[in-house]
Amino acid sequence: MSKKLVNAIADMKEEEALNIAKKMVEDGSDPTAIVDAAREAMDIVGQRYEKGEYFLPELMLAGEMMAQITEMIKPELAKMPEVKRFGKVLIGTVEGDIHDIGKNIVTFMLDVNGFEVLDLGVDVPPQKFVETIKKFKPQVIALSGFLTLAFDAMKETVGAIEAAGLRDDVQIMVGGGQVNEEISKYAGADAYGKDAMAGVTLAKKWTGAK
Amino acid sequence: MEKQQSPEEKQEALWEGVLAPKGPDGDPLPFQSPEAEKAFKERILRFKDAIQMKKLPDRVPVTIFPSMFPWLNAGMTVEEAMYDYGKCAEAFKKFVKDFDIDVHWGAAAPGPGKFFEIMDYKLYSWPGHGVAPEHVYQCNEGEYMTADEYDALIQDPSGYFSNVYLPRVFGSLDGFAMLPFLPGILEMYGVAFNFIPFGLPPVQNTYKKLFEAGGEALKWAGAVGGADGELATLGYPNILGGFTKAPFDVIGDTLRGTKGVMLDIYRQPDKLLEAMDAITPLMINMGVGASTMTGNPLIFVPLHKGADGFLSDEQFKKFYWPTLEKVLLGLIEGGCVPLPAAEGGYSTRLEVVQDLPKGKTLWMIDLTDMADVKATLGVNACLLGNVPSALLNLGTPQEVEDYVKKVIDEAGTDGGLIVCNGAFFDQAKPENVKAMVDTTKEYGVYK
Ligand code: B12
Repeated sequence: MSKKLVNAIADMKEEEALNIAKKMVEDGSDPTAIVDAAREAMDIVGQRYEKGEYFLPELMLAGEMMAQITEMIKPELAKMPEVKRFGKVLIGTVEGDIHDIGKNIVTFMLDVNGFEVLDLGVDVPPQKFVETIKKFKPQVIALSGFLTLAFDAMKETVGAIEAAGLRDDVQIMVGGGQVNEEISKYAGADAYGKDAMAGVTLAKKWTGAK
Repeated sequence: MEKQQSPEEKQEALWEGVLAPKGPDGDPLPFQSPEAEKAFKERILRFKDAIQMKKLPDRVPVTIFPSMFPWLNAGMTVEEAMYDYGKCAEAFKKFVKDFDIDVHWGAAAPGPGKFFEIMDYKLYSWPGHGVAPEHVYQCNEGEYMTADEYDALIQDPSGYFSNVYLPRVFGSLDGFAMLPFLPGILEMYGVAFNFIPFGLPPVQNTYKKLFEAGGEALKWAGAVGGADGELATLGYPNILGGFTKAPFDVIGDTLRGTKGVMLDIYRQPDKLLEAMDAITPLMINMGVGASTMTGNPLIFVPLHKGADGFLSDEQFKKFYWPTLEKVLLGLIEGGCVPLPAAEGGYSTRLEVVQDLPKGKTLWMIDLTDMADVKATLGVNACLLGNVPSALLNLGTPQEVEDYVKKVIDEAGTDGGLIVCNGAFFDQAKPENVKAMVDTTKEYGVYK
């Protein structure tokens, strides 16, 4: 049953996946098995995305399937043990910018690769990053931005983190359409990531994850 | 019966019109000097020759197609540019003159802030309305069309827009939701029933707002149009004739949002395809109509959700390209020169989009490698681009100069190139922008 669920999700068969999951819930399957299957499927989706077989439609549909399945087993979910995560990443699109498609992919890929990701959304002011770092205590900060205005917003965000005395606690990566190595330097970030996979590689390196 | 003009004749007629501009009174535009008149015509012909690829222009044309740069560079905030129409126009005139570009694209980018207020535009937040004064306006993407509304859109796109979509994105158009079904107005018997909504307060309020908004739009258009007119008398033509969009982006940007359209590819692919077919002729008419009205053949088509990374090759070929191709061909048929902007990377799409009729389109190139584009799409199409935003922002004039020379060497030695920025930038070092223009003028001369 759970192998079938893995395949149905990974192969983008939404109806089938939901039916199998529903049946498993009704049959009283261990919710852990359902969640594990869904996670395994997300891994496969992530790999296919990396290989250039999957694109936005698949990532979005996979996200939708995951959300619907999680909804089905919600009552059971609270009782389940937390999965072990490699580390924490705080992500957001910087102030003034609302492009979030690239950022959402990075979030998705970090998540399927075992990171706990907190997404602050778009148009995030520097101070919001600072406050959240204090509470969430991430090792990695991921700043996304597409507009030329975002270059300065990235710099200001890094500056605000520095001013709050938090700079040494975190590694900062930047990315998004027009962003490159130069802009990373300009902003005072630690690295530039060309795509979501580069972001995962950086996060793994910085947190010592394998 | 009137003789049907061929697409070529239609386009030539439009270029003739561009070359002989008229003032607001309909008389020939008075140029400020014979030199200005000469420069005006030379600039247009340089542009036209580059696009048509029949003969070499005297040199590679150069232009700047920015987002908010002209206003930020003038020390204004975006808010000022949106609310002070006079200042907006002044700053734009100064920008065109200072950078001395061959053609410009008009001062419409900031748009009229007051108008958006009157209309209670919900699709965007803008400076003073949820956005800081120095930031650009922000799109509030969402599912403004729900997943189950495809049939309504397909059966009657205009009706769907007026009665469903527009009231959702413009608070002041809520009365439109009550508008009668216009094709139902057929005969005398009962005809008056159709007009009852116009007697009701919500509809009347909507019309009151519309009068006000129309007046505001006119005021703004007067200012930005005035800038166009004055620049023309100085020899700087506005080359933009209008805009339209790829049917996939109409649905993906405007109606269903990114997530909506991406899910529809799996959940209701046939409806999505059908809806795009229904929209296609409208998008052609939109472009051709605009070009007839402005008398200018260039129709801008910003391409969004078909870029590298969005869709697989198969999905691009099935969902994005067929209706976009129809729109481009329809525009050409109508005498227009489509200007698709291949925003972001387009490397994986070049092979699919390359077979367009020669000398009929102008492609703005952003992050795609120019040599690759020249070897494929550039065989038949003139290219506009592609000095990167990051370089204009953080580079040095020397680096910009090197980049421009490289672009000209790679893509411009035999015509079919117009040097321009690759993306619609807000901020840049003015000396870098200037270096882009000056290098093209010196290095781009055809001997
Ligand atoms: C879709 C889009 C929009 C949508 C946004 C929808 C949304 N929800 O995000 C809409 C239509 C609303 C929009 C609006 C605007 N846009 Co826009 N938009 C785009 C477009 C077409 C695609 C961007 C995108 O989503 N790409 C998809 C992702 C998946 O691709 P990607 O960038 O390769 O992402 C990867 C990497 O960048 C990386 N990555 C991303 N973030 C991060 C972060 C980290 C830490 C790491 C490691 C990696 C990483 O991983 C991703 C996955 O591998 C681009 C052009 C383009 N094709 O790039 C213009 C573009 C970004 N927009 C632009 C502009 C100017 C605007 C507007 C100002 C236009 C206007 N006048 O209305 C507004 C501004 C809104 C605002 N204030 O932010 C310009 C920016 C110009 C510049 N920088 O010089 C661009 C480049 C278009 C252009 N060629 O000029 N836009």
